This record gives sequence, structure tokens and C-alpha cells, in this order.
Amino acid sequence: MKFVAVTSCPTGIAHTYMAAENLEQSGKAAGHEVQVETQGAAGSTPLDPAIIAAADGVIFAADLEVKDKARFAGKPFVDVGVKKAVHDGPGVITMAVEAVEAGPPAGSGSGATAVATAAGPATKVTANAGVGTKIRQWLMTGVSYMIPFVAAGGILIALGFLFGGEDVVYKLYGGTASDGTEYQDLAGPLPVGFANDGNIQAVLDQAGFAGLLFLIGKVAFFMLVPILSGFIAYAIADRPGIVPGIVGGLICGPIGAGFLGGLVSGFIAGGMAYYLSRVKVPKGVRGVMPVVVIPLVTTLLIGVIMFLVVGPPVAAAQSGLEDWLSGLSGSNAILLGALLGLMMAFDMGGPVNKAAYVFAAGGLTTAITEGGPGLQIMAAVMAAGMTPPLGLALATAVRRRLFTEAERENGLACWLLGASFITEGAIPFAAANPLRIIPSCMAGSAVTGALVMAFGNTLRAPHGGIWVLPLIGNPVLYLLAIVVGTVITAALVILLRGQQARKHAEQEAAVDQVAEAAVA
Amino acid sequence: MTSTDNALITEETVVLDLQATDKADAIRQLGRKLQAAGRVTDLEGFLADVDAREAQMATGMPGGVGIPHARSEHVTVPTLGLGKIAGGVDFGAADGPADLVFLIAAPAGGGSEHLTILAALARRLMRPGFKEKIRESTDPAEVATYVQSEVTS
Repeated sequence: MKFVAVTSCPTGIAHTYMAAENLEQSGKAAGHEVQVETQGAAGSTPLDPAIIAAADGVIFAADLEVKDKARFAGKPFVDVGVKKAVHDGPGVITMAVEAVEAGPPAGSGSGATAVATAAGPATKVTANAGVGTKIRQWLMTGVSYMIPFVAAGGILIALGFLFGGEDVVYKLYGGTASDGTEYQDLAGPLPVGFANDGNIQAVLDQAGFAGLLFLIGKVAFFMLVPILSGFIAYAIADRPGIVPGIVGGLICGPIGAGFLGGLVSGFIAGGMAYYLSRVKVPKGVRGVMPVVVIPLVTTLLIGVIMFLVVGPPVAAAQSGLEDWLSGLSGSNAILLGALLGLMMAFDMGGPVNKAAYVFAAGGLTTAITEGGPGLQIMAAVMAAGMTPPLGLALATAVRRRLFTEAERENGLACWLLGASFITEGAIPFAAANPLRIIPSCMAGSAVTGALVMAFGNTLRAPHGGIWVLPLIGNPVLYLLAIVVGTVITAALVILLRGQQARKHAEQEAAVDQVAEAAVA
Repeated sequence: MTSTDNALITEETVVLDLQATDKADAIRQLGRKLQAAGRVTDLEGFLADVDAREAQMATGMPGGVGIPHARSEHVTVPTLGLGKIAGGVDFGAADGPADLVFLIAAPAGGGSEHLTILAALARRLMRPGFKEKIRESTDPAEVATYVQSEVTS
């Protein structure tokens, strides 16, 4: 018979190749042909698709997730782990021969799942890992798919501001521009609900190319939370997780739950899809499970949960916080600045952040017409919303080792996003590691918020970042406040991530040991 | 400049009469040889990395071979330390103690070019003839030359 095999091991320098050699030799000794793809530290050369096509069966002797497993979909396979292949080559070959004789996996319940898994996008999930490691890997899978959306959307929005100035927002979504011109809402509600029957020409006439950039960026941003939620669920439950995960994430928009809501919906959707796709059902129903039953049931459930269970308390929290903030006007300005800073950085687009922002933006209108502290509050809120991405950009720049490649690239984009008051730039970091990143961001934002109030800076626009510098009172001190908060956030992130990196190295060794003991 | 500057294994990293009481002792003694050869910058740091790998899964192989190994930032070039221990020490293999110990040191980063040499070594370790040749030899220089030629051929 002809076999193809994939070998891999945690270190990637010894067992991967020993297993490969042993499988080839044991196969030859038993009169079979074995071709091995070694997915080790020296890099791997993918097997020729023709060789895979010609193979009778597949041997997975891999302790890491097999790369591009889809290539082997539908073939009979054995999955033995690398240790068995090193120690007992002939035994593995015998198992593989039996698997081929038993026929292809199609039709069996587990086979259907295996094929579905194999044909999908990559996840960062390793089998047999401990609960803590798994949760982190699920999060990281969601975050890694979200990062490009943050970068693409954020940069487009920043470019919109750069070319269109702060008025680009009013030209798209209606409002009074800085020169007093009244604009009507042309872009409508997101994702792309053109208020004037989808007339893009009218949008271009009013907002120009900068408006188009801004609009496209907003659409990409609209997908942040759905993608995060959808791919967390995908990491947990494979393909059945995607529909409820994405739908749950989409619902976070209208109910205002932000990315923390997306984490919740991703985990709930993934968990439901995972269990539902493993329920034993009669043979006749099995065919319609993945196409109709599982998507229908999980989507219905996540929708009900998000709208009826998660939504009301989120809305109540936001309006409660807004009322509470209104009651605070007139209290100590510096404390209010610190408090608004804490809120801005807490959930970056969720109810707490929105309450602070709405409070400030609402006060701005009053302050422009009637005076009052609204201009200072707006200045504090914007500065506090700029420091989270800026702090993370700084952290990734000075301590590259502590971050993944994708995070480092996102960190680069964060300079621009932070400078443009696009707090969402920090979400990939916060979503992957909420307990460490969020407090770090909150500390920096609180200090910045307090400093801006102490300096008495003012701001006459509700958005724009450094692009509206001319509208800021005393810009030098304002920038100083932002720099201080940025440095504080970066320092805390580096401190906490450093501790975490050391702890994980220990934990993972222990987890692997347990997994290994179970295998051996 | 000689070719041994970058060789995976040299006379200095081969000990054919290693007197070791146990696994940790054997690894430490070979580690010292790698340090003396200038391949390992921080012996304790490197040993900690090897121990961490060893703690995950025993590296004793069938046929009396132990292959402690690690990718470590304290390693400058991929290097093999080779020890022959009369009587052997336990490396956790099911079929008994290991009398041949291959200490594989790889740099943490490491281009794939270097790592292919280690891949070739790992494959040779599974071939009976390779181990027999080493067991029979009494000359460290001869062993080093033989192993080097096998992994670069």
C-alpha cells in the first residue's frame, strides 16, 4: 500500500525526523511505501498533491496541529502522536493498514467532523492542551482573524480624517460642521444603509473621496466584533461555530455590547455548537444536522441570548452610567477626568466607553452654545481614548519579544489609530488578554484624563485626534498629557505581559507533561 | 579557519569514556564540553532549557540511546555533544538504559539551513548501522568525522 504521513513535535528538531525515518523504514520492511512530510523547525516541504491523491491512507504522527489538514480529507487515517511513531514504527504501519482495510471515514460521525475541520481556515488550537491554554488559544484564533480588520478599517478611517478633516463625519452622517454648515445624513446606519436609497454619487458629492475612505473603514470596523466572536466560536467548535458566532457578534452592534460582548457571544456560540455537533442522532437525520439543524438551533439560541439576556443589562448599564455622569457635573474636575479616562479604556466601544463618550459629546453641544465645562470634558475623553492604542504601540515597539508577529504589526498600525482617536486599535490586545491589557489601558487613560482637566485643555470637536489639533486649547500641554498616559500604559503592559510570559512557559511545560503522560 | 568552526560535531564534543552517575550528570558533563568548545554561552541557562524539554517527555529511545535536546538562546551554532557511557544511564526508555547520549543544542532562532543538519542527524539516529559504527569506534576524532560526514552528505 501507499501511505502519506505527517510528523511534528514540540521542539521540532528531533522526534519529528526520527518518527519520519522510522515510518519510512518500518513501511519498507513491511512492503509498503511511506512518504513523510516533516513539519519541523527546519520548515516543511508540502507533499506533492499527486502523491497524496495516490495514497491509500494517511498517518498523522503529529503532536502539533497538522498544517493544511484539508489536503488529506476523506482518506482513511490513523492519528497516533509522534512518540508512538518513534518507538513502534511497525505497530503504526499495522494500524494504518487496518484503517485502510476498514475503508474511508466518510459516513461515520467522527469522519464527517474531521472533514469539516480539515477544510476550514487554520486555528491556533492544540489538541490535549489544558483548559487555560485552550481558552487562550480560542481567544487568539479570534483575535488573529480580527487584527487585519482593525488595521484596514482603522487606517482607512484615519485617512478619511487626514484628507477630509473632522467635517468628514458630518458630511457622511449629518450634523453641524465647524463652519456652521448643516449636513444631512447620507451614509445612514451601518454597515451600509444609505439613507438616500443607496445613492453613492450624493455621498461622493457631499463628502468626497475622503468620505468614501471613511465609509469603507467604518464598514470594516463594523465587522470587528462579528469576526472576533465568529472565529472564537470556530476555534472551539470548528465550522458549526461560525454561524452563531458571527450572528452573535453582529448583534453586539445594535445592543451596544462592544468587544467584551463579542467575547461572550463567541464563547457561548462556540460551546453550543460544539456540544450540538457531538450529539448522537439517528442516521437518517445526520445528513441535515450540519446544514440545517445545527446552524438553525445555535443561531436562534445565540440571538435570543444576546437580545434578551445580554442586551437589557448592557443598555441599562449604559443609560445608568450616563445618568450618573450627568449627576456628577460640578464635582471635582480632575477626579471626573480620571473617571472618564477609566471608562473610555474599560471596554473600548462597549457600554461603559459609550456612556463616557455620549456624556462628553452631549455636553459639547451645550458647551458650544451655552458655555460650561463641556469643552474640557470633551478634551479629556478624546485624550483618554487615544492613549490605549498609543500605549500598546509603544509597548510593542520597545519590547518586541513579548508580542506575536501579528500583534507587533497591529502595534505599528496603532500609532496611526491612536493618533486619530480610534480606540478600537487596542481591541485585539485587550480581547486576547483582557485581564492584563484593560487595567493597563485604564491606568494610562485615567492619568491622561485627569491631566487634561488639570491643564484646562479644551476641544471643540467630538472626534479626530491629532487631526483636529487646531481646535484644541493649549495643544502642547494636551500632547504632554497624552504622552504621560501612553508611557504609563506601555510600562504596565510590558510589566504584566512579562510576568505572564514567564508563567506561561512554566504552565505549558506542565500541561504538555500531563498530556504526554496520558498518551504514554 | 578550518571547517570545524561550524561543524555540528568536533573531537572536543565527543567523550567516549563518559563517567556519569545519572541522566542529569551526563547532560551536564556534555554541556560543559559544548561550553568549552564555545558553542554554549551560558551553561546553566542551556541546561535549564534542556531540563524543561526533558520534563515534557523522556528522550530515551529504543536501542540504548538518549537524545536530550533543546532550542536555546544560549546556543550559538547547532552542536552535537556525544557521550558513550559504559553500562549506560537511565533516559526513561522502556527497553533499558542508554549507553549513547546525543546532546543536541540548537539556537533559539536558527535559520532552517542549520536545522536541516539536525533533521539529518535525527534520521540517522533511527538507523541501526549509525549507532553500531559509533559504538565500535574508540577514537573521538574518527567518530566526529564519521557523524559530520553522515549528516552533511
